[in-house]
Amino acid sequence: MQGRIVGKVKRVNGPVLTASGITDAQMMELVHVSDLGIVGEIVKLREGEATIQVYEDATGIRPGDNIYGSGMSLSAELAPGLIGNIYDGIQRPLEELRKLSGDFIGKGIAASAVDHEKLWHFVPSVSVGDRVHKGSVIGTVQETERVEHRVMIPPSVEGELTVVNMVPEGDYTVTDQLALVSSDAGKTTVVQMLQYWPIRVPRPVADHADLRTPLVTGLRVIDTLFPLSKGGTVAIPGGFGTGKTMTQHSVAQWCDADIIVYIGCGERGNEMTDVLREFPHLIDPRTGLSLMQRTILIANTSNMPVSAREASIYTGITMAEYYRDMGYNVAIMADSTSRWAEALRELSGRMEEMPAEEGFPAYLPTRIAQFYERAGHMKTLGGSEGSVSVIGAVSPPGGDFSEPVTSHTKRFVRAFWGLDRSLASARHYPAISWLDSYSEYIDEVKDWWNSHSQDKWYQNRQKIMELLQKEVRLQQIVKLVGPDALPDSQNFILEVCSLFKTAFLQQNAFDEIDRYCSIEKQTKMLSIILRYYELGSEAIQKGVPMVKIRRLQVVQDITKMRFNISNENADEIDKLELKLERSIMQLGSLYDEQ
Amino acid sequence: MMNSDALLKETDKALLSGREYAGASRIDGPLVYMRNTHPVGYNELVEIIAPDGSVRSGQVLDTSDDAVCVQCFEGTDGLNLPDTKMHFLGEPLTLGVSEKMLGRVMNGLGKSRDGAALPASEDERDVNGVPMNPTAREYPRDFIQTGISVIDGMMTLIQGQKLPIFSGNGMEHNQLAAQIVRQAKVRGGKSDFAIVFAAMGVKYDVAKYFIDSFEETGVLDNVAMFLSLADDPSLERTITPRTALTLAEHLAFDKGKQVLVIMTDMTNYCESLREISTQRGEIPSRKGYPGYLYSNLAEIYERSGKIQGQAGSITQLPILTMPNDDISHPIPDLTGYITEGQIVFDRDMHGRGIYPPINCLPSLSRLMKDGIGEGMTRSDHPHLSNQLFASYSHVQDVRNLASVIGEEELTELDHRYMEFGDFFEKNFVGQRFDEDRSIEETLDLGWKALSLLPAEELQRLTDEEIEEHYKG
Repeated sequence: MQGRIVGKVKRVNGPVLTASGITDAQMMELVHVSDLGIVGEIVKLREGEATIQVYEDATGIRPGDNIYGSGMSLSAELAPGLIGNIYDGIQRPLEELRKLSGDFIGKGIAASAVDHEKLWHFVPSVSVGDRVHKGSVIGTVQETERVEHRVMIPPSVEGELTVVNMVPEGDYTVTDQLALVSSDAGKTTVVQMLQYWPIRVPRPVADHADLRTPLVTGLRVIDTLFPLSKGGTVAIPGGFGTGKTMTQHSVAQWCDADIIVYIGCGERGNEMTDVLREFPHLIDPRTGLSLMQRTILIANTSNMPVSAREASIYTGITMAEYYRDMGYNVAIMADSTSRWAEALRELSGRMEEMPAEEGFPAYLPTRIAQFYERAGHMKTLGGSEGSVSVIGAVSPPGGDFSEPVTSHTKRFVRAFWGLDRSLASARHYPAISWLDSYSEYIDEVKDWWNSHSQDKWYQNRQKIMELLQKEVRLQQIVKLVGPDALPDSQNFILEVCSLFKTAFLQQNAFDEIDRYCSIEKQTKMLSIILRYYELGSEAIQKGVPMVKIRRLQVVQDITKMRFNISNENADEIDKLELKLERSIMQLGSLYDEQ
Repeated sequence: MMNSDALLKETDKALLSGREYAGASRIDGPLVYMRNTHPVGYNELVEIIAPDGSVRSGQVLDTSDDAVCVQCFEGTDGLNLPDTKMHFLGEPLTLGVSEKMLGRVMNGLGKSRDGAALPASEDERDVNGVPMNPTAREYPRDFIQTGISVIDGMMTLIQGQKLPIFSGNGMEHNQLAAQIVRQAKVRGGKSDFAIVFAAMGVKYDVAKYFIDSFEETGVLDNVAMFLSLADDPSLERTITPRTALTLAEHLAFDKGKQVLVIMTDMTNYCESLREISTQRGEIPSRKGYPGYLYSNLAEIYERSGKIQGQAGSITQLPILTMPNDDISHPIPDLTGYITEGQIVFDRDMHGRGIYPPINCLPSLSRLMKDGIGEGMTRSDHPHLSNQLFASYSHVQDVRNLASVIGEEELTELDHRYMEFGDFFEKNFVGQRFDEDRSIEETLDLGWKALSLLPAEELQRLTDEEIEEHYKG
């Protein structure tokens, strides 16, 4: 075991160790415990003693075992080769671990996150004598067919710099020297592809930018009703079986981000296998390339060590920030942040800290805030713009949204997609409740949306939300006195809302056509439903019975348009609208004559 | 060949485990504390010698350079402070596994319960297991036909799945589990089945019921039973599912068998965990259960599934009784977050004499989507089950309405929904204890139920499917 000895184990209590005889160990320093080489991190220092949380099963550690310091914080390796890979919570590549220890994860095994031997074709974009600074791009590497990896000067290099040496275009490993830069004070720094960044520290940026562009997900209920901005934050809470993971998968598959970081934090092993099995075969509708070419996976399943689960979301967001710094739009899915909070609770309990609500530590809200605050649309140090959008699933115990993790999360996110158990039971997917959910980004993305929908979106959205609100009140009356007591004009509102739910809000993730809905198709679908409401209401005023209207063939066509009309043929909906107008007019004329 | 370092370690271990320490400093419930030992490893196995000479086993829960805290699986009755002796064995709790354990009855620690000696073990394994690498998993998608319509049709069981039964006291979960064992088959292939049965804190009669039922079916030789009954020490229960799964892993991944693991009752397991946690003075979270209950349950449930390139699989069917039928209680709640769906029993349906009393609305099988349809069950299966869910969910609204305004006031359409609901519950969900329905029979029965509704209400089905099967 290499490294300096910083102390000895004094006590072992699950994943939390106490060490004594601590010399020069630093807070948050990465350490290796005993000759088993178990990875840990120093979380507390006190009078020659330290508390260490270990990222692997602690079985076999004894008092008196040595603790080896590494001299650095728990850091992520950032270099080409991250995309398409699958990692555990502390960025160990799972494929490599499988080669080392077989189908089950052994103990004390280490592997670097990216291949240090692999050659990448590097194309320089600056030359000797150029002025650069931290964050500047010095060249590019084609990481996957889809992602151009921009090699940057690490943010830790201060001052105005001059390139004093630059390699020619060619094949290099991630640790080869690519450039030598010198500060005005004469301090030189070697630049390579690989850089390290401590996972608990946000990567620096130049400035914040506006959140005016929506993250288009292709899910109608999200894009049309509760949009999320690029760089925004959203929470998806829902009890078990309400479809959090399905919603996360759908967004990860179809949203228009450049890079996806998907964190399976304390969730099921088979779900990650599903992603691994499915993503390489799914084709991105925008580029025609496999979705795996833009995805990084982190799988710290529920039976993997709890402290690595705590670290996993930081590992994930650090990688997201790295790609943001290159000028990409990154979306990060954390499934689920409740498991992460529970990991915090478990570790806090082991450290015998005073608990606050439901056993969670008092610093829970601070940690949640810190995490979500790492999202945003930023002006990068390199002078471009990039964003990190965070989509965090929350698993409230008993489906109760008032529990600490959900209620604190609500304070720090600006959009909320609440999942509803009764919708899920009726297999209404995505089970996003239109009554509980909200988005504070509506005004910010209004201009973008209106310019993509002939100024219809904002108005139409208002109209349908109003109808849905009216429906709630009418349903209450129906529950008391039955639907027959309502006049046709009000019954028709119920009818339109029910059509809107089946034809628009529901979306089948397994249907070739329905699973992704373009902005154009969404706009037209909403228009035709509102048109149906307008024309129908007029007809009813003329005395047409509602039953006749809902039996029109064209209404059936509208119900099934999400399956029958593809994104490319969205114009078909216009034809359907003409047909609707004609049908209702014919019907109306029958009653005019009487 | 061992190198000299490893050899030195082995001799060290032999020497250290030979050391005997006498005199406990404190005994509290199942926990025994001892001072002034050599450095003892976390989770190490301990041999505890009681003053009367009986040997019990235990495990290190907390170790420091000052004192060691050991939990004693077989209870601390009869131990005293001065004469209690301990050996620290230098390795974690293991189970000697062998295929020949099938047909045998063992206690929660894997020791013989029927008096006869256990077969020689083929391998010694750490009962805590190690996490399976997610990249090594194979996504489960082989349909298991249980012959029970509501399960096969609405919440299909898949080989390698973990699907718990959320029941309540007094309902027929044991009968259902026994029926599944009797009828479960994988279609189109002969397979090498084995059953591992773990009983935690259940009464002797319940265990007897299962033994008799296995005997009647003639599968007893293929069943390994780990029994930790209600009068056994509560600590033993916390190990029982782990020993059972250790054997299951051996059978599945070394011997290529399709293993079905039945664990009853997980509620008792969690109660035992709470008991120990409280005794150790840990900070409780919800309802006094320890904060690590989720991780702890996950360590058990996640030991199921399939591995790429291997023939075997582990399918788990844990049974838990919901305290007060409350599905939001921490035990069913956390279980539901880990398992791939759940089968939920309903007191009301039980009261109406429907067997199995499964309420399909809160029930779910997450792996169903990839295991059904063309080539696996039948092409209309996905849409059909979706439609049944949607229609049955509407039935609940209609019933609520009927209870307010009276059944006579309902519209014609709503009457048909009521009729559909009754038929569905009585004839589709309800079936006899010895009735084994093929998947085709199940699906046809589903169509028969839907045929009670007007065709235009069936929006989740395609026109072709309605054309082919609808008989309204």
